[in-house]
Amino acid sequence: MPDTQQLNDLVIQVRRDILRMVHKVNSGHPGGSLGCTEFFVALYNEIMELNDEFDMDGIGEDLFFLSNGHISPVYYSVLARKGYFPIDELNTFRLIDSRLQGHPTTHEGLPGIRIASGSLGQGMSVALGAAEAKKLNNDNHIVYSLHGDGELQEGQNWEAIMYASAKKVDNIIATVDLNGKQIDGATDDVLPMGSVKAKFEAFGWDVLEIKEGNNLEAVITGLKEAKTRTGKGKPVCILLHTEMGNGVDFMMHTHAWHGKAPNDEQLAIALGQNPETLGDY
Amino acid sequence: MKKYIDTGKKDTRSGFGAGLAELGRTNPNVVALCADLIGSLKMDEFIKENPERFFQVGIAEANMMGVAAGLTIGGKIPFTGTFANFSTGRVYDQIRQSIAYSGKNVKICASHAGITLGEDGATHQILEDIGLMKMLPGMTVINPCDYNQTKAATIAIAEHNGPVYLRFGRPAVANFTPEDQKFEIGKALQLTEGTDVTIIATGHLVWEALSAAEALEAKGISAEVINIHTIKPLDDEAILASVAKTGCVVTCEEHNFLGGLGESVSRVLVQNNPVPQEFVATNDTFGESGTPAQLMEKYGLNNKAIEEAVIKVMKRK
Repeated sequence: MPDTQQLNDLVIQVRRDILRMVHKVNSGHPGGSLGCTEFFVALYNEIMELNDEFDMDGIGEDLFFLSNGHISPVYYSVLARKGYFPIDELNTFRLIDSRLQGHPTTHEGLPGIRIASGSLGQGMSVALGAAEAKKLNNDNHIVYSLHGDGELQEGQNWEAIMYASAKKVDNIIATVDLNGKQIDGATDDVLPMGSVKAKFEAFGWDVLEIKEGNNLEAVITGLKEAKTRTGKGKPVCILLHTEMGNGVDFMMHTHAWHGKAPNDEQLAIALGQNPETLGDY
Repeated sequence: MKKYIDTGKKDTRSGFGAGLAELGRTNPNVVALCADLIGSLKMDEFIKENPERFFQVGIAEANMMGVAAGLTIGGKIPFTGTFANFSTGRVYDQIRQSIAYSGKNVKICASHAGITLGEDGATHQILEDIGLMKMLPGMTVINPCDYNQTKAATIAIAEHNGPVYLRFGRPAVANFTPEDQKFEIGKALQLTEGTDVTIIATGHLVWEALSAAEALEAKGISAEVINIHTIKPLDDEAILASVAKTGCVVTCEEHNFLGGLGESVSRVLVQNNPVPQEFVATNDTFGESGTPAQLMEKYGLNNKAIEEAVIKVMKRK
């Protein structure tokens, strides 16, 4: 296993970044961001093969596409702490003239971002296109993507899911963040989706589950397992079971913090539960 | 007046197919996608010669736009093909976020635009697509006039880095522009010289405009015909230079007068040199079933309608 102490420190620091970013502008989406922290830290620091310099075409490296763009705080924090752009730029999140727009975009030229997302349901199609380009370029790297579970209610996903297996796009690993919550409540209340696993399998995908999506070691193990299943004629899907708001006790087990910022007092409590590890921005 | 000769009717979509086939031979980065309309888009030749560079996505236009956006990440130049209605209105959000806002080098190629799709009726026609696409920041909007120009435009847009909407039609129309023409994005073409009225036309109404200009000449009216194949960016200079001579304008397009070429021209005139303008366009309506000629007649999109608009606008000078 990797140096999990260092990665665990990074997880905690990313949580602090998320909370402080959202608090500062009293705007943004902390819940899903906190729930996916372990996934992002593992993906960018342990799993993906990345070039030293950012280049839009990403030839000769793995690529990642965030489809549920509202969890931009975790994405920005992990990219900054990976060195794509200065960490103190996190101070500009959602402010005027910033490269860190509310939802990620290429429009402001932020290194690390390859597509705009925010309007839900489009990311898997884009990831498939990038995966097809890799095949045309004989580039033997993997395309990763992340999707919310509520986001699967958008029909375009199912066009993409159907396409991926039909065209044997087997250099893609699409992860669904199964936290069971969306803005208006539990996905089971808003629009129950039944078995996501059965649906992906019925569409011809190789599906694996990471039951402990907020356990860093479990996430790393699951992602490594997924990698071994690429290149075998089927697209690969990970069902990542996470807890929205993970790491902050009062944000967990509720959908209330999907898109709400903590006030001063709540921030202090939340940060107290996640003491500084690698230095605040 | 310089005479333009119809060298034989051809459909503009076949011009697209021929241009795409040529790109297949000359530009290894060009890839094509289609949503179950290969025959309608005339993509067969490209596919036959470059099967590995073609992506059949099925009846799933939203996915097609996303896959096209993704293919650019890796240096490909995707050309998507489906009807104009499904190339724009159906996938506006996908084009807006994944292509235009993301600045992706996708060429959205749209056949069966306008009302001359004919018998299929309003669900398959579209008279709003120019407006939808020209409103997107960074989007180039091109509507060539005949087979030769469509072929030239198809080849030219591969060299332009950025999203492009290329619009063409279904029926066979007069083919009258040179086979070896150079296509310059954003550069209007003055086809005839005149002093009484400027006729600004796009798509296959350019031929109708030429035909109207000939009839007007017989009546002693001197019309300057300008072919606006690129609606965005618009060649403001060419328009203003012409109206400075003629003092009035008729705009002609197979599109709703709301949001189309005519409104773009109005904006240029109002800001620089307000002169009377008349619109040959559809009047905020959906289409219907009928033959192309019947529909052009009923909705006032032919040479006769252009002549009438010229008479009307000249009285307002």
